[in-house]
Amino acid sequence: MIAQVLRSMGARAVDGIWRLGFISRFFVALLMRSGTSFTRFSLTIREVFSTGVLSLIIITVSGFFVGLVLGLQGYETLQRYGSSEALGILVALSLVRELGPVVAGLLFASRAGSALTAEIGLMKTTEQLKAMDMMAVDPIARVVAPRFWGGVISMPLLAALFSTMGVFGAWFIGVVFIGVDDGAFWSQMQASVDFRYDIVNGIIKSVVFGFAVSLIAVFEGYDSAPTAEGVSRAITRTVVNSALTILALDFVLTSFMFRGIG
Amino acid sequence: MANVDFAYDKRPILSGINLRIPRGKLVAIMGGSGCGKTTLLRLIGGQLKPTAGTLSVAGHDMAALSRRDMYALRRRVGMLFQFGALFTDLNVFDNVAFPLREHTDLPPDMIRDLVLMKLHAVGLRGAHGLMPAELSGGMARRVALARAVALDPMLVMYDEPFAGLDPISLAVVGQLIRRLNDALGASSIMVTHDVQESLDIVDYLYFLSDGRVVAEGTPDEIRASSDPFVHQFVNADIDGPLPFHYPAGDYRQSLMERPA
Repeated sequence: MIAQVLRSMGARAVDGIWRLGFISRFFVALLMRSGTSFTRFSLTIREVFSTGVLSLIIITVSGFFVGLVLGLQGYETLQRYGSSEALGILVALSLVRELGPVVAGLLFASRAGSALTAEIGLMKTTEQLKAMDMMAVDPIARVVAPRFWGGVISMPLLAALFSTMGVFGAWFIGVVFIGVDDGAFWSQMQASVDFRYDIVNGIIKSVVFGFAVSLIAVFEGYDSAPTAEGVSRAITRTVVNSALTILALDFVLTSFMFRGIG
Repeated sequence: MANVDFAYDKRPILSGINLRIPRGKLVAIMGGSGCGKTTLLRLIGGQLKPTAGTLSVAGHDMAALSRRDMYALRRRVGMLFQFGALFTDLNVFDNVAFPLREHTDLPPDMIRDLVLMKLHAVGLRGAHGLMPAELSGGMARRVALARAVALDPMLVMYDEPFAGLDPISLAVVGQLIRRLNDALGASSIMVTHDVQESLDIVDYLYFLSDGRVVAEGTPDEIRASSDPFVHQFVNADIDGPLPFHYPAGDYRQSLMERPA
């Protein structure tokens, strides 16, 4: 019994290492064949539309609601200490440093990442990638790379929009409904949010998450078994692996970025 | 192809295959499901490499070609996939224009004329604005055919071009394949198990079974053949050299067995 469990764990570990090797080789191949994505930039712009513009509604609405909740919870806590004017700082730092990149990344993985995996997986299932290869058109250069770079470009923009909508949501609930001072809300935020340590670090996080989610999404689609079940499993793997990767990377990046900041 | 072997891992698929496709001829490769026909096409297209033997296309040894040279050769090869493999995000016009836009610097007006000519040849000029989802199976196959010959290839490969077609579409696609082959002066390889349609349009046939060539000849030679495999295939006999039953143990014993 114990031997069986150990064997099963070992097999999973070996499989995981194999997949890590595959995705690393895939990433190198993708980078080496990315020339087309930039020389024919219209291909990449089309994917920015698919992954970015079509994700606008979910990002905008989610950001606004997260801001509303942050405003309520933040006010509740801050007013106990008589510092409800600091609501703007609390909300802005939470969103710009953490919630913006992380929640936007999770939403991006479930909305755009799953769509990327499904599209590439179905192209594989219906032999469209093979047909392209037989036409002497490299499917990694023509199909995969533009989608990857489209995702990389979209993700930081969506994270920025998420944070902006969150701040607006918190202002709406805090200032308009609860009555926090409007001037204090904005001026304290302006005085306390540091461009280098807060905003740039948040952007770095969202760029890293954009690379990670887009790579996982296109890899899972390209590597999926060419059946309905295979594509379905690949989509699930994209969402689960992207979420875990975002959270793990967030911890690593945060521990490097904010050490020593009081 | 000379003495070509191919195996997936250690499972042999093809062994000792000798084939010759002369220029300008339409050759059919026939055999039951799973006998290695599609694998043969993938070998000729360079998507797989033989485990032994020599495979040359237009004088190039496929196993020795670099990726760049392989792509240069594939620009002169067209392939019709079993279910068309049309790009579902592009309409009919853009599907046929795809190879022209990718591989030529022709002005848009000329590409438009060429695409309409190819579509006219398959009878679908009027359908150039439709999406693949709006096409019937036969229409999709004809659009894929127009796309396969968009660059006037020297070799065209057809993977089960008649699968799933109604009798009228089947006859239309069959005649188109013959006409396009003659008009282009191309060599064509057609993998199929539709015997009667093939006998009417091809110049030569090879029969595959268990990964080997078991019979070959012109349509007239095949019709007159007394080979038991050819006879079974041409007359659609249920049993013969190609067994009806997948290999299994004793029938009576299987029925008596009870799972533990």
